[in-house]
Amino acid sequence: MSNQIEITHSFAGVDFPQLERSLRHPRTLVSSLLSLLTGFVTVVACVPLFSVLFMLIYRGGKRLSLSLFTQTPPSAFESGGGFGNAIVGTLTMVGIAALISVPFGVLAAVFLAEFGPKSKTASAVRFCAKLLTGFPSILAGVFAYAAVVLMTGSYSAPAGGVALSILMLPIVMLTAEESIKMVPHKMKEAAIGMGATQTQVVWRVTLPSAMPGMLTGVMLAVARASGETAPLLFTALNSNYWIMQDGNLALMEPTASLAVLIFNFSGVPFESQIELAWAAALVLVLIVLAVNIGGQVLSRKRVTR
Amino acid sequence: MAITLEGDVPIDSVASPPSRLDIAGDRTFRGLTYVFSWMTIFLVLYIVYEIAGKAFPAIQEYGFGFVTGTTWDANRGEFGVFPEIWGTLYSSILALMLGGFFGVSIAIFLTQDFLPPKLEVVFKNIVELLAAIPSVVYGLWGIYVVIPALRPTANWVHEHLGWIPFFETSLSGPGMLPAAMVLSIMILPTISAVSRDALCSVPHRLKEAAFGLGATRWEAILGVILPTSATGIFGALVLGFGRALGETMALAMLVGNSNQVSLSLFSPANTLAALLANNFPEAGKLEEGVLMYAALILMAITLLVNLVGTAIMNRAQRRLSGGER
Repeated sequence: MSNQIEITHSFAGVDFPQLERSLRHPRTLVSSLLSLLTGFVTVVACVPLFSVLFMLIYRGGKRLSLSLFTQTPPSAFESGGGFGNAIVGTLTMVGIAALISVPFGVLAAVFLAEFGPKSKTASAVRFCAKLLTGFPSILAGVFAYAAVVLMTGSYSAPAGGVALSILMLPIVMLTAEESIKMVPHKMKEAAIGMGATQTQVVWRVTLPSAMPGMLTGVMLAVARASGETAPLLFTALNSNYWIMQDGNLALMEPTASLAVLIFNFSGVPFESQIELAWAAALVLVLIVLAVNIGGQVLSRKRVTR
Repeated sequence: MAITLEGDVPIDSVASPPSRLDIAGDRTFRGLTYVFSWMTIFLVLYIVYEIAGKAFPAIQEYGFGFVTGTTWDANRGEFGVFPEIWGTLYSSILALMLGGFFGVSIAIFLTQDFLPPKLEVVFKNIVELLAAIPSVVYGLWGIYVVIPALRPTANWVHEHLGWIPFFETSLSGPGMLPAAMVLSIMILPTISAVSRDALCSVPHRLKEAAFGLGATRWEAILGVILPTSATGIFGALVLGFGRALGETMALAMLVGNSNQVSLSLFSPANTLAALLANNFPEAGKLEEGVLMYAALILMAITLLVNLVGTAIMNRAQRRLSGGER
């Protein structure tokens, strides 16, 4: 400290110790403490993810076997069984939802990005799509119950599919719009210069170039829909049987799904069903993560032509 | 390609004017995309119409008393959702406090050059993965991990600090605190991702100016960067709040489905979404209409919060792209 006092003499008015970075100054101390705090918080936030993954592997992995995929759920005091019917049910309903939401979302996105990007209709549509992004999933279920279940008179896979499609639609639409917008203008203009109509440009140039980005959006939407439970609770209900019975497709019957099976078995006092719930959760998370990662890989392959 | 100056059309060119068929196809396709765009708007209106229409008889019968009533008894035909509205707001506010603190801290830590860029990406992906886990899996995890882990601490706190209203009951199983904690984990990725965008869009020169004046890293963050991105971060919090209000499964599994209004963090409660999830599948004709009324209230609350959130985000975007301040 003593030699610094000498320097202060020669540079009167400059407070040199204040310019030094030392933890003894309250301002640097506060700064370092806050840095430590945020770093700690970030690490703590990662704990739940690893805890969930660990429990899934630890408790769900125990029951993992081939029979899980080929058998139907056990009743209360039975052991064994599987959830093959629930996997098929989930795939069926997500498939129905994709069949509805992908054409719907892509066509609307083409309008938003190509035909009327600045029109009043477009901003109203974007606004509605954003509202749907934040729409609670249980309300999608309530709507599908009112619109489909009450109309057709039975709980069914299509009713579940309609509920899921409402949740998928805004994701598909908004990501498709973004990826269509990213197609370089000169490519479209080249096609227009050759005498193509705008529709031909969209089909032959824009959509093929925007395909990877749109697929990413579809994959994200599929991943979200596969994990949803609330919209299926009272649209598809649940079932202990396969959707194909004796060669007939029982589409208009209550349909099982992985997510609802986990919910139903989570609160029961029977060990074998709880174990099955954990195994189903492991399978569900694997499906969701695989679809998610698939989407991410696709999004890295952006248009490079 | 053989393009002649005289203007003859060369044979090997693909260029040609659109035929009538092409033009007709073009019109049809444009019309089709226009129709589907409008269908998005009609879908939203139809959803509101359908739920409101089914709720209408119950609204006529129970009126505003439904919102303030506290009993739910299908056998006596007495219905009130005040405890559920209270539980929805209480759990969401608790989750917002926890998730907001964590989400914004993470956003700061991952945008202000604390870590090498590669590590930043790793942490960002981990936080985003939190959003990929289905809510029913969080519910299962909550039942078998969070509740048993919280119970000893919660009961110790209740024994020693039970005179504080927040701790006035013991945690016997499902309850408000585990539900709010799991809920905060679920809204954390939303809050952190949107706040990250807000923090990233702060112009670099502002931060550099602060450093040039001798500010420490945190003086720059707290004095310059956070105030500049405040609108965006506030929007992130509102959107996270909106998600928390509508989240169903984790709450249906963890909150305890008990019709009571309590400040205690350890007592079971109920939320609108959980009420729908648990009662709808077995509801009779009368209860069904009443549940539609509850759904309508939930829709009104979430639409309102999401509208406010979207408006704030739009304002934040406009302000930063204009480069003011």
